[in-house]
Amino acid sequence: MAVKGKISGKSVQVDILRSQLGRVRGLGAARAGSGAWWIERVTSVALVPLTLWFIGAVIGLEGTDRAGMIAWLHEPVPLVLLLCLVVITFWHMAMGLQVVIEDYVHTELPRMALILGVRAISILAAVFCVIAALRLGLGSSVP
Amino acid sequence: MKDVRDALLTGRRSDGKLVERPLSPHLQVYKWPVSMMLSISHRATGIGVSVGALLMTWWLVAAATSDAAFATVQGFLGSGFGVFLLFCWAAALLLHLFQGIRHLVWDAGYGFDNRSYRITGWGVIAITVVATLIVWIVGLVVW
Repeated sequence: MAVKGKISGKSVQVDILRSQLGRVRGLGAARAGSGAWWIERVTSVALVPLTLWFIGAVIGLEGTDRAGMIAWLHEPVPLVLLLCLVVITFWHMAMGLQVVIEDYVHTELPRMALILGVRAISILAAVFCVIAALRLGLGSSVP
Repeated sequence: MKDVRDALLTGRRSDGKLVERPLSPHLQVYKWPVSMMLSISHRATGIGVSVGALLMTWWLVAAATSDAAFATVQGFLGSGFGVFLLFCWAAALLLHLFQGIRHLVWDAGYGFDNRSYRITGWGVIAITVVATLIVWIVGLVVW
């Protein structure tokens, strides 16, 4: 693309070799909007089987004591599925709640505070769950 | 003006002249189509299951902490209010899940005509009721 301009009174022409797409990428209102939309769909697809599995697992664990929880998470499949469920659930939750906040809160500062708060709670809860599950599933003795 | 609801059709043009025209949805006078009901309940259940995810965090962290902490959370979930919360959690999770699948089908570009809207909308409600009942019948039998 040719850009014409003046430098100290002399007109110059500069050829820019970047494509139009390369120039707008990362700029503008859209930014990473379609990426967020896509990840929300990907996480929701993953959550369909994981959630159905979790509901079944909770029914199987009804009335269990801690020893039962530890025995359950010492099996490899429940531990792996639970870790996947936790991470993807809180990821999806943070994105979903952000959309709700963006729709109803129109003032910049409260909106940003709420979104950051939701993200903080989601990340903290996810890390809490991951550490708890690993402690139950990998610990040789849990106090 | 024959009907009090006509007031909802009265708007003002930018030059100040009164005009009668349809305005955006008035929740008091609209007959709620099933899709409208499901749309708002998808949000509501999304927020609801986020609270449920925090309940799951409490459950996992308590299990990894001590017998006393786990007994507290199991006692709470086994109480009348806890069972009520778990029932709401299961129903909300299943509605969000099945309605989410409906959304994914729309995202893929299918099911946009009026007939499909009604059929899939009532279908989501029916399958949610059936699935919630199955989960709770199985859950109470196992208990």
